[in-house]
Amino acid sequence: MNLDPATMPLLFFVFVLAMLLGVELIRKVPSQLHTPLMSGSNAISGITIVGALIVAGHHGSGIIVTILSALAVTFAMINVVGGYLVTDRMLKMFKNKDKPEATK
Amino acid sequence: MCYIAASIFFVFGLKMLSSPATARRGNLISSIGMLIAVVTALTAMSEIKWVWIIAAAVIGSSVGASAARLIKMTSMPQMVGLFNGFGGLASLLVGFSEFHFKWAAVETIHTFTMLAIFLTVLAGAVTFSGSLVAYGKLSGTLSGKPLLYKGRNIINTALLAVIVALGIFFCTRQINQLEGAAVAGVYILLAGIVILALVLGILTTIGIGGADMPVIICLLNSYSGLAACAAGFVINNNVLIVSGSLVGASGFILTNIMCKAMNRSLANVLFSGFGSAALTKESVYEGQVKPVNVQDAYLILEAARNVVFVPGYGMAVAQAQHVVRELGDLLTENGADVKYCIHPVAGRMPGHMNVLLAEANVQYEQLIEPQDVNPSMEIVDVAVVIGANDVVNPAARQDQNSPLWGMPIINVDRARTCIVLKRSLNPGFAGVDNPLFFKDNTRMLFGDAKKSVSALVAEFKQ
Repeated sequence: MNLDPATMPLLFFVFVLAMLLGVELIRKVPSQLHTPLMSGSNAISGITIVGALIVAGHHGSGIIVTILSALAVTFAMINVVGGYLVTDRMLKMFKNKDKPEATK
Repeated sequence: MCYIAASIFFVFGLKMLSSPATARRGNLISSIGMLIAVVTALTAMSEIKWVWIIAAAVIGSSVGASAARLIKMTSMPQMVGLFNGFGGLASLLVGFSEFHFKWAAVETIHTFTMLAIFLTVLAGAVTFSGSLVAYGKLSGTLSGKPLLYKGRNIINTALLAVIVALGIFFCTRQINQLEGAAVAGVYILLAGIVILALVLGILTTIGIGGADMPVIICLLNSYSGLAACAAGFVINNNVLIVSGSLVGASGFILTNIMCKAMNRSLANVLFSGFGSAALTKESVYEGQVKPVNVQDAYLILEAARNVVFVPGYGMAVAQAQHVVRELGDLLTENGADVKYCIHPVAGRMPGHMNVLLAEANVQYEQLIEPQDVNPSMEIVDVAVVIGANDVVNPAARQDQNSPLWGMPIINVDRARTCIVLKRSLNPGFAGVDNPLFFKDNTRMLFGDAKKSVSALVAEFKQ
């Protein structure tokens, strides 16, 4: 997994575009949904679990790497599972009575 | 390839969150994206330590699932705060263990990767310790008051400068060219950076008062995304970069909205410690407070044709949302037009009040924003303030010396009558006196919000 200097600008490119896309997407979220938005995006930030898995899967890594990355998997998993479930719980309350035409 | 699919799922998931009708499906789509990403990562692993991974996943999922199921809606802010922290910690661990792996193998690490490792552990550690402090403050374990001490800005800035200096030194090391003690030195350097960053997270959050919590929760949310994003740069993984920056952008926008709703800049929230400016020059409000008992409050409400409820953190603390809705329904039956006006920074996180009222089944059409009700406030018969304080403080409009000066508020003082439900005359979290309580058209109904509202409901049912 050594870095090819050519991929560096590419990674930055992805970063900048994703940031802009994020700004555009989130702006449209109405204030009443801000709490679910936060817990939902919280769950997405648990994507770091992918990083934890990749590190845990390095060939020939020692016990320390295994322990550290397993811990990372645990915490990211709490974030992912807890985040999605609690968001769903909240949105369920919103959905029960909200009429579609009421949305701006 | 699958990572691209996962990213697209995240983007669509977030997009669907912009409407209550599709939000739940959006959340589901986003979670499917996560599943795809995790499965892809598992299949790409060259050496899977199943026992460890499964154990970690089982522990993590069960903790997360039980927390999500058991948490009360009123405690949502601290829960989100804690999850933020875990996300930061996970990213911190990813960055650190990746470094450890390369370090142990005495591999060449590109300066760019070293920088990414540095940023990951920095953002991760600040998020983690900051979130723990925020959690402590929100759950009441720590005092909600800002802890201010002399020179805290200087100390914090100095600490950050030291971390950055160490970071630059760290990034310019070439591990494969070092020998003996110097190799161990780089490792200790990174560990030192982690510890300092943890301290920085604590110091910057501890000075933030309760009323500023919405801002800090949003900011930590943003940091946790940026930490994941930086971790993506460490391991050259696009899906981490994309989702991390989506979250980073989301947290940042929310931070911005919160700051605007308080008419303060982010720097002001972070560096001034709310209320510290007020200590030097505070206006004293004098006047007669007019307490009211439940019977009289009932008579006022009974005669009202136009009622606006203004909920605040006090409603969350008293868990009064269900009785408030009951009272609202009774008033509607009584022929009154009932609305709930929610200030963007009411409560301890963005949208906090919306979630509580949604839990209590308040109709979406009854929720309004301050700018919609303020122009017509003069024709509102009764404004009922439930545990809100700073967001209805007219000092924001009238008193230039007030720390709240300029903050957009809900002008309940202009309503014909204003009933304030409050436990005591204590100032709000901003520590600012509220002239509203001394106005001629204000009636104070002292006591626990839930008990007071229940008593009103009982009066109506008689």
